[in-house]
Amino acid sequence: MTRTSRRTLLKAGAAFAGASAIGFPAIVRAQPARIKIGHLVPLTGFLGAIGGYAQLGIRMAAEEINAAGGITGRQIDLISEDSVNPATASTKAQRMIEQDGAVVLLGEISSASSLTIMQVAERNKKVFFSTGARSDALRGKNCNRYSFHCDIPNTVMVNAVGTALNQKGMVKGKKFHTLTADYIFGHDLLKAAKSFFDANGATLAGDELIATDVTDFSPYLLKVRQSKPDVVCCNLAGNQVTNLVKQYAEFGFPYPLVGFNLNTGDAWAMGEGNLSGTWPTVWYHTLDNPASKAFVESFTRKYGKPPENHAWIEYITLKALAKAIEDTKSTESEALIAYFEKQTELDIMKARKGYFRSWDHQLVQEAYPFTVKAKGEMKDKWDMLVLGDAVPVAGQPLETIYPTRTQNPCEMKA
Amino acid sequence: MQFAFLLEQVVNGLVLGGYYLLIALGLSLIFSVGGVVNLAHGAFYALGAYLSVEATKYLGFGAAVVISPIAVALLGILFERFILRRFYTADPILSLLVTFALAMVAEQAIRIIWGSPPIPASIAPAFRGSVIIGDFLFSRYRLLILAVVAVVLIGVWLLLHKTSFGRVVRAGIQRPDMVAALGIRLQPYMTAIVMLGVGMAALAGVFFAPISTVHPAMGSEIITIAFVVVVIGGLGSFWGVVIAALLVGVVRGITIHFEPAAGEASIYMLMFLVLLVRPRGLLGERIEKFE
Repeated sequence: MTRTSRRTLLKAGAAFAGASAIGFPAIVRAQPARIKIGHLVPLTGFLGAIGGYAQLGIRMAAEEINAAGGITGRQIDLISEDSVNPATASTKAQRMIEQDGAVVLLGEISSASSLTIMQVAERNKKVFFSTGARSDALRGKNCNRYSFHCDIPNTVMVNAVGTALNQKGMVKGKKFHTLTADYIFGHDLLKAAKSFFDANGATLAGDELIATDVTDFSPYLLKVRQSKPDVVCCNLAGNQVTNLVKQYAEFGFPYPLVGFNLNTGDAWAMGEGNLSGTWPTVWYHTLDNPASKAFVESFTRKYGKPPENHAWIEYITLKALAKAIEDTKSTESEALIAYFEKQTELDIMKARKGYFRSWDHQLVQEAYPFTVKAKGEMKDKWDMLVLGDAVPVAGQPLETIYPTRTQNPCEMKA
Repeated sequence: MQFAFLLEQVVNGLVLGGYYLLIALGLSLIFSVGGVVNLAHGAFYALGAYLSVEATKYLGFGAAVVISPIAVALLGILFERFILRRFYTADPILSLLVTFALAMVAEQAIRIIWGSPPIPASIAPAFRGSVIIGDFLFSRYRLLILAVVAVVLIGVWLLLHKTSFGRVVRAGIQRPDMVAALGIRLQPYMTAIVMLGVGMAALAGVFFAPISTVHPAMGSEIITIAFVVVVIGGLGSFWGVVIAALLVGVVRGITIHFEPAAGEASIYMLMFLVLLVRPRGLLGERIEKFE
């Protein structure tokens, strides 16, 4: 009888273990590997309600892509979780890349959480599409090669509303009192608002920094009244806008309330007769173009309510990403970055196509100011906004409402 | 002028404190009598808000003010009889766990029934706007809330101090064993206290729905402040909770006047200071079973 030496046995065992770790999956999995996409949005807290819409939008896009046979024949695996707060968002993003094998990250609404995910993306050299964060700083001094920004930045929202206010003579020589969310987004928005006021002859009578967990605004409203402003301006986010607008209507102040940030989900939550004034939006479900109408129709059929702007932005982003993978036949970060840095035009369900600007990676697109419909004119509870003319006006280049290279301090490391 | 502004914040803070009181008083009563920290208290507040939005749609706000708290109080009977009752003498950690779980179940139930986006609600046009009394500006709607809180407060005080029901409840807080020795079963009293407590939370929900976001997690938002009020006021004391609620409202208002960003933090600083100086709370009584 031949004796197998202990050493040989060990070697054989190690070889077998190694083979099963490396080789077997390829044999067992006959179909191509699935494309894993890590998705994070806040589902709790002051941004939770609009995060819910974001999740519906991306799910619908993923289901449509998979039903049509996937991307280059590979199905999408969407790993979607509550981002909770900046620290948790970053931990979860790292885990999605490291343990779940996500090749791309996508999502977020909070600018603070988006910033931490951007750092994870850069560290791991994975592309991240920041879909709903609006802070200028993310595409400015904090920009990095791996991060792309889909929503309109604070500067654009200020320009969209500011232009409309200017036409009504509500800026020049007027005193503004602002209410500002006390985190990166709010600080950033206040900065953009201040430079708009300076450039257009308005003054700032006062500003209140407000923590994101505030639900009662009465003490702040008393302070607003004490400063006797001409216009009150809301720089808050999420359901804080809902609360403020409701309480502003409750107190019934004579000064008009305007705002540089409002998501339609938060507007729908307000209830009759509370909202007035001029606000900005990035997209609304009544936009009149075929792609948008088709999307609104299938979303409404699926979920029983029209899509909110976060559902739209997540949907178009995943579709754009799918097309990029299809065209480049790659999920490698470098290939994707090169594809979008060519300023490839993207159908984003608006009159004009959008593109990611090569040097700061933000999606350049139209924006819209809106006012509120009179009670009798609403077709249903979601039909509450009257969109103004797109900014910039037709014929003008889209970039005119975006910060220029000299205004935006984005330096990307190669 | 500066002083008048400050005074205006103080008065506004008192009004807001009254609203905190509606939630905190029930929480305090349930804890004092049953020894149970009801982490599900916020869920009843949320439920009150949702039911009132529904009732307002069909019957108007006036009916909602009555129907919603009564419906929630009836739900409170089930809550007490089938869940809370099993934990009065058990390890407090168990009642914490079960009420915490219940809060989550309730929040998810609201999501299933009403969906996760917030639902709209508005103040009736008659109560919009503000009135100026002397130097102070009041929201007309909050004056209404203040009146309701005052009526409820007087009612609860009379119930606890001028009726035989109240005598048994107060005795039950101090010496449940003596009450038992006298042949009185505390359980039906506890059912009534839970009904009263969750009913008041629902009433707060009814009145706050038109001026805040009505969303599934609104209960967990409010529960923290309610706890802070109970802790500052001290256990077992009716007036302790009243004073603490008003104090919290006022301290928040004054802080916002000088340093707006520190508004929410000031509440916790206040709790910290009170606990440092008086660990039992402002008017907390010495209660044997909690020592």
